[in-house]
Amino acid sequence: MRNTLATKLLFDLSQPGRRGAVFPKSDVPDQALDELIPRAHQSTSAPALPEVTEPEVIRHFVNLSTKNMSVDTHFYPLGSCTMKYNPKRHERLSALPGIVDMHPYRSVEDSQGMLELLFTMQAMLAEISGLPAISLQPAAGAQGEFTALLVSSAYFRDKGETRTKVLFPNSAHGTNPASAALAGFECVQLKSTAQGFVDLNELSAHLDQSTAVFMVTNPNTLGMFERDLPEIARRVHAVGGLVYIDGANMNAICGITRPGDFGGDMMHYNVHKTFTGPHGAGGPGSGPIAVRDFLGDYLPGPVVVRREGPGTSGVSSDSTLVYDLAVPARSIGRVRSFFGNVGILVRGYCYLRTLGAAGVRAMSENAVLNANYLLAKLKDVLPVPQGDRCMHEFVASARQLKEERGISAMDIAKRLLDYGFHAPTVYFPLVVPESIMIEPTETESRETLDAFAQAIRDIVREDPELLHQAPHETPISRPDEVRAARTPVLKWITSEG
Amino acid sequence: MAYLYNTPQQQREMLATIGVGSIAELFEQVPENLRLRRPLDLPPALTEIELENHLRELAAKNTTKKTGVCFLGGGSYDHFIPSAIDAVASRSEFYTAYTPYQAEASQGTLQAFFEYQSLICQLTGMDVSNASLYEGGTAVSEAVFMAMRVTDRHSKVVILGSVHPEYRQVCETYLRQVNCELVVVPVPDGIADVAAVRQVLDDRTACLVIQQPNFFGCLEQTRELTDAARKVGALSVVSFDPISLGLLARPGEYGADIAVAEGQALGIPMQYGGPYLGILACRQEFVRKMPGRLIGETVDREGQRCYVLNLQAREQHIRREKATSNICTNQGLMALRATVYLSLLGPTGLREVAELCTRKAHYAAERLSKVPGIELAFRQPFFKEFALRCRAGVDPILKKARAAGFDIGPDLKRFRNSGVSSAENCLLIAVTEQRSRTEIDKLAEALSG
Amino acid sequence: MEPDRLKYAKTDEWVSLDGEVATIGISDFAVNALTDLVYIDLPSPGKKVEAGKPFGVVESVKAASDMYSPVTGEVVESNSKLADDLGKLSSDPFGAGWLLKVRVTSPGLSADLMDRAAYEQHWAARAH
Repeated sequence: MRNTLATKLLFDLSQPGRRGAVFPKSDVPDQALDELIPRAHQSTSAPALPEVTEPEVIRHFVNLSTKNMSVDTHFYPLGSCTMKYNPKRHERLSALPGIVDMHPYRSVEDSQGMLELLFTMQAMLAEISGLPAISLQPAAGAQGEFTALLVSSAYFRDKGETRTKVLFPNSAHGTNPASAALAGFECVQLKSTAQGFVDLNELSAHLDQSTAVFMVTNPNTLGMFERDLPEIARRVHAVGGLVYIDGANMNAICGITRPGDFGGDMMHYNVHKTFTGPHGAGGPGSGPIAVRDFLGDYLPGPVVVRREGPGTSGVSSDSTLVYDLAVPARSIGRVRSFFGNVGILVRGYCYLRTLGAAGVRAMSENAVLNANYLLAKLKDVLPVPQGDRCMHEFVASARQLKEERGISAMDIAKRLLDYGFHAPTVYFPLVVPESIMIEPTETESRETLDAFAQAIRDIVREDPELLHQAPHETPISRPDEVRAARTPVLKWITSEG
Repeated sequence: MAYLYNTPQQQREMLATIGVGSIAELFEQVPENLRLRRPLDLPPALTEIELENHLRELAAKNTTKKTGVCFLGGGSYDHFIPSAIDAVASRSEFYTAYTPYQAEASQGTLQAFFEYQSLICQLTGMDVSNASLYEGGTAVSEAVFMAMRVTDRHSKVVILGSVHPEYRQVCETYLRQVNCELVVVPVPDGIADVAAVRQVLDDRTACLVIQQPNFFGCLEQTRELTDAARKVGALSVVSFDPISLGLLARPGEYGADIAVAEGQALGIPMQYGGPYLGILACRQEFVRKMPGRLIGETVDREGQRCYVLNLQAREQHIRREKATSNICTNQGLMALRATVYLSLLGPTGLREVAELCTRKAHYAAERLSKVPGIELAFRQPFFKEFALRCRAGVDPILKKARAAGFDIGPDLKRFRNSGVSSAENCLLIAVTEQRSRTEIDKLAEALSG
Repeated sequence: MEPDRLKYAKTDEWVSLDGEVATIGISDFAVNALTDLVYIDLPSPGKKVEAGKPFGVVESVKAASDMYSPVTGEVVESNSKLADDLGKLSSDPFGAGWLLKVRVTSPGLSADLMDRAAYEQHWAARAH
């Protein structure tokens, strides 16, 4: 069964006169267009979009889709990304009329159901984090980081303090320093201990009155719990700084321990990861933040509030109004237009309502069980420098294989595609050489984990040359990335030149 | 129900393989005193039937376009969404995949986004488009930061008062930390006074931010404005309405340096404000200063045409604090929806939608401005949206509309704190291709009553 | 240029001072460590550079390295031919692969710069 149908671009398929959508004739009195919109504002030609039919569009994109690996088709143990199953009920429920078709400027009177949902979502996220004040506005984790850093700035400014530095360990996600720089901070990267934990001495050496925030992922990017966090927080707080928890790895600890209980002052969630977004081929995400009560007034607005009892609302005389929108008193302002990535928040809400407290805890327990099981099945062929235990993910190293047989992390990643598994994250974190970061998530069966472990055991015994050339069974072989970057071709170029 | 597979028996066997006696032992890394010693206080778990009933109850508490005819505007619009878009976007292979890090296993995503970039270039007349940003407001902010890098001017940005107030608020939030002055040029008459804009532009200015059609629906003199920016060595950033480009001049035609947009109108449901689509396209020479992902064409080892993530050295996972942006997760699935939308409509369909919006909006403006006590706020050319001034205040008008089953607005009072001049007694009306003459007539009657 | 007659920065740039104009490049060791170069960004004439501060970036597919100026002054010329032929940087780092000519504001070179022998030691020490 050959699938070559999607090798052409839409532009290559275009035939003048074809179309995939037809709109009704105008039903209002006819007027010359030039009388409505002056010629000077009009374009002299229509944009040269491809001209194709609906069946062509469908065949094109459906065939294209089959060139992807995805959670629904393959095991996808992409470390740090929590590629868990995306329940189908979420798609139906988030598309219900009354939810999917709500204009964002609909009056609060006519949005009570949505506001109730979002209010409950705020409350659930506050409970899971142990941090009481929530903003659902950030569009993704990176924007959550940025938003929280702005919250910290506003807080320090109000205290009359000028704090210029953000500290983070060298195992941090790239978004941490990038967000700090965007928020106008100086970035200070700290060396980790040999085991990959925050180095307390290194931390203390860099902490002073100019420290605004220490950003740390917990569990960290090596899949280990930073057990010194209370001491870390004590030292950061002692110089007047705040502790930020990057919540990318929340899937390990929900219902077990809470950022607010282990010293965090602020954090973001990745709803598209922990609460099964889905990931949408790169997005959309949703990156709500949770902060301590004394930071709540600085959150971006609006947030959802509940008015106590009828008739107390300042915005309406409607006595049934319970939920309302409010801007926190000393808000940093907006970080995006409208309320937030509500479509993803609705899915996260559905997930938490399906799981309940016991389910949420079982989610993290089984994520950790699956990761430890896979670690146990692999450690003899793919050493894990951090040891025999992990949280929801672990970072193996192909360093020895590379030295002894020339097999790199990249080779293993590419060969796994031939075996029908998506590759783990490779070459991150940078603190482990030839790193392979594996996060199985809780929604995989033991049988799948066994098959994956067997695939890696088989691969490391294969001819290195075969691996350097891998993958062999995917729609394309390894692409020439150097050529792509040296002479970038970033759009379709008409064949006429 | 946590979507778990492993039976208790399997769990025991797995624990034995690991060499521990219980799941609790796996959490030994978490110090005892940090553990939560009670169940989370969350609402009770629901089965699928219960959840569906619950969501339907919540949905029923919102009136929507099914119950209220939508004339709401202000950056989110009730445009028609062809069914084929949902069919493509609900393909598991797209929506349950992530960022295409493994090109060999992601050609579907990569090619689709390469097509997205190509379509956005054709649509805007710009040279190069990225593969999406979050939404319209952050797209403006990212463009402003990009202009600061390109011009190496970091102390002043000029933005028209007719740019969406929420986009301006986002810009203000983003710029406050880096001590860059954001100068807002007041727009009391519906469109910017080009002479007034020239007066605030100077050789410190990184860019001039324009919206076309602007927040009030009116058409700015974009050619004159981009010229004014160029004269002082500043870039012009234009926030456009993608639907309008079926009819109006493209940003590339009137000299925009960076074109950004809210892409919601391109087949993305309104869903109370997001997820939407941030579009950003620019001139070729700025490509390495762009934020966000870029897909590039190349060949594989057999010489086959294929696609990869390109110019990644700009991005946070490589450049860290020196990256062109902190964005990682973008709006991929929304970009896919826009790709399918533009493919289906083609040049003819897009022209039809743009014309229908124009004709219906102008008909509505004529009808509504004849309602006693209501007049057009501005005497300027407009596209699909316009501002009405209600002499006796907006509230009674909104009440009448709501009682008759119409959603109109937003009331510009909503943006009073963000310096929307002429906010008093004004509201916006947006008219998409979905609105019928009958609906417009009925709205006019309802407001007259 | 003769590698032995140049001065080197800890950040792997070389510099040669002729009157008040300094020529700047990247060392052979550093260039060899950067594989598959795809792009170089150099300041245009007229731009100021400052000793110890980054003046440009050289990129491979999955890495970007800042280049730091060994001197303070104003760029008088940058090697525009490199953009089209990055191979020159690798094949001839001390000749056709030069990067910048800078008119220095203060005479002489900083004492922090190393001679070839010291730089070789510095490189070897860092590699382990």
